[in-house]
Order: sequence, then C-alpha cells, then structure tokens
Amino acid sequence: MKGKSLISINDYSKEEQISILELAAHFEQNPIQKILDGYVVATLFFEPSTRTRLSFESAVNRLGGKVIGFSDSSSSSVKKGESLKDTILTVSNYSDLIVMRNPVEGSARYASEVSKVPVINAGDGSNQHPTQTLLDLYTIRQTQKTLDNLHVAFVGDLKYGRTVHSLVQALCNYNTTFYFISPNELKLPSYIKMNIKNSNLKYYQLTDMAEVMSNIDILYMTRVQRERFSDPLEYERVKDAYILKRDMLTDIKENMKILHPLPRVNEISEDVDDTPQAYYFQQALNGVFVRQALITSILGIK
Amino acid sequence: MVTELKVSAIENGTVIDHIPSKNVFQVIKILDLENFDNQILFGTNLESKKYGTKGIIKVRNKYFADDDINRISLVAPKATLIVIKDFQVVEKRRVEVPDTIDGIVRCFNPNCITNVENVATKFKVVSKDEVILQCHYCEKNTVKKNISFK
Repeated sequence: MKGKSLISINDYSKEEQISILELAAHFEQNPIQKILDGYVVATLFFEPSTRTRLSFESAVNRLGGKVIGFSDSSSSSVKKGESLKDTILTVSNYSDLIVMRNPVEGSARYASEVSKVPVINAGDGSNQHPTQTLLDLYTIRQTQKTLDNLHVAFVGDLKYGRTVHSLVQALCNYNTTFYFISPNELKLPSYIKMNIKNSNLKYYQLTDMAEVMSNIDILYMTRVQRERFSDPLEYERVKDAYILKRDMLTDIKENMKILHPLPRVNEISEDVDDTPQAYYFQQALNGVFVRQALITSILGIK
Repeated sequence: MVTELKVSAIENGTVIDHIPSKNVFQVIKILDLENFDNQILFGTNLESKKYGTKGIIKVRNKYFADDDINRISLVAPKATLIVIKDFQVVEKRRVEVPDTIDGIVRCFNPNCITNVENVATKFKVVSKDEVILQCHYCEKNTVKKNISFK
C-alpha cells in the first residue's frame, strides 16, 4: 500500500483492508514506537472534528512523527480565497502525507490527483469516511472474532450517514445479512442498496428496531438529526422510536455489541453505557491503532 | 427520400441522422461543431417515418472517433451514424452509450467539488439502459432526467 491514497473504502481490496486490521492489532499491543522519526504528517481540517483529528494526531505523535496543519479553515489561506489545488500543492511540499477533512464532496479524490504525496480522506461531506470504516471493521472483528456471516443492524439516519454508507459497502465482502431501521424519510439510498444487490446478499428494511434485536450480532446506532426532516412534526412523531434504552436489551444474543461512530446526542440512553453490550468508547480508541496501521503502511514503514 | 432532399447530399463526411428535433443544437454543442471550419449542414423538425420528426447533421470531410461520437447518445440515444465516401454509404450504425463521460456533463450534486472549484467532470456510466452516471469525485449518481451540460 506504499504511496497509495485512501479516499473511498473500495480503493483498498478486501486483502489490503485485512492487512491494515492485522497491523492495527500489532499497534494495539505496542502503541508507542518511535518509527516515524523525521516524518511530517499534515492534518488539514476544513471543518471541525474532535475524534478524527485528535486520533490521527495521537497516532502520529505516539509513533514519534510530527504533525502540521490547521483545525479550521478560518485559520488558513482558504479564508483569503486560495483554491484547494493551491493549498494541496503547497502543503505537499512540506509533508510526507496529507490527512484531509473537507465539507465538499469529491474534494479528497481531487486532492489526491493534484498532491505529490499520498492523501487520506478523513471525511468529504456526505460522501466517504474510510478510516471510520476501517476502525468499524476492526471493532466488529475484535468483538465477534470474525467478519464473516454476521447479522448487522443499522439504526437512525441511513440516508445522509456517510459512515453507514461506507461500512455497508465494506461489509458486502463478508456475506453479511443487513437490517436497516430508519424513519421512511431517512432510508438507505438506492445507490448503496445496489452494492448489496450486486453481491447477492440479504437485507431487510424496517421502521422498528425491536423486531430484530434477537437476531443480530452488531447494532450500529447513528444520530437522527432534526434538521434532516422536511416536516418538523414528522421528526417529533418518530424521534423516540430510534432511541436505544436499557430495557430493550433483554432478548438478545450473548455476543451482541452496540457500536456508534460518535458523537452521541440522545440516541443511546446513558444507562446503556455500563451494559456488557456497549462498545462505542472502545470503538473510538481503536481509531488510533487503525490510523497508526494505515499511516505506516502508506509511508512504507510497516 | 424527401428529407434527404431538404439537406443536400455530401461527397465525403459524416451524417448523423435520427436526432430528436429538440436536441440538434445540443448535439452541435457536444461535438463542438461551432468551432469547426468544415462545411456543416443541419436540419431540424424534418419529417421522420419512425419518430414523427427528427433532426439531421451533415459534416463535410470529417470522420469522428467512436469515443467522441458516442457522447451524443446522452441526448440522441437513437441517432444513426452514417459514414460517406464518394457519395456512398461505407458505414451505418447506431451510436452507443460509452463507458465513461468526460467533461461535458455537469454533476447533479451542488456540493460536488466539480461545481465548487474549476475541476473538469468525469463520470462512470453505471447503467447504459437507464443512463445513470456516477461521478468520479463525489460518487453520487446523476440520472438521465437530471443530466445538464456544461
């Protein structure tokens, strides 16, 4: 994977994805290694982020590399009207790798075409967020000991959630059975469903998560945001149906785990946090190991 | 044929027949005929037995590459390409929807980089029957009814 940008999860084959997950397991055992001495990684965040930016920076720092960049476009030349192309060309003179988040869809692919150094997409609008997908795959494998033949339910905003779209695409490689639970207004887009149909896998679309609780291995929760609804009354009517409460965790499989890309607002009640099923904070920690694996693979160090 | 008489025959060159009348000017734009020095004849709202009315374009002394001519399938899917040498038809075929479309179509997603900065569009044709174009950059689909040209 040396020198290979990661923009969309399908840029990496199943085998390449697995090799990142295996290397991540190695970093989980030894997270502090001074193997990036002398390397500079640029983190260009054109919109705010807590977890993604800090876990990238933590990953680099723990390996002894240096980070340059900005966490908000108002503190960069973009504010003066500089084009993305010029920003990327300049930064690629100063760094060995660029990590970029940008609200414009397709900006990461374009950056990888003009950059002299590899680019990792840390989120381009509603399009892709492939490092989240890798850490989700890592977490699923960690909790289930396999990625194959699992039953995975996605709950909440399945229309706009890029983490859901990328993870569904990735899981199509592993004979997954999918359950999509969302309000009618926020159903999974047809172009994502096309991936599932092309892989000849089973999927079910429902509006009530209680129906699937006893079948599933992974419950992937996402936020349902008020501003996504054209009719505010519709939001008020459906919002409580997509909140996970502790008393819903009675008739479930022993191995079932709850994941969430975070930040959470109220879609998982806080009393779920200390159940054995809650796994979303460990999931966020895994982001550091997976990003360490990805950065060192792309730089050709591991 | 009556329609042939209305737009005179050419000795050498290309005839594009069975263009929907309302899309003749779009075809001219896609093929960039405005910037050609060749003689060009065109007619529109001509009678057609098959389609009611049709448009036709004849370009003297010009033979198009397949990739160039196939781009018009987006607006003229039933167009016929006729290659003429010494007043004789040497090739006649339907245009085909190509595998990729570069540069001419606008991405339907307003938040796509190609609509925000000066970036040329590129699409993969994911369905030729329904004409669905997937943007190389934002990965969103532009379907036939939403296709507009740059």
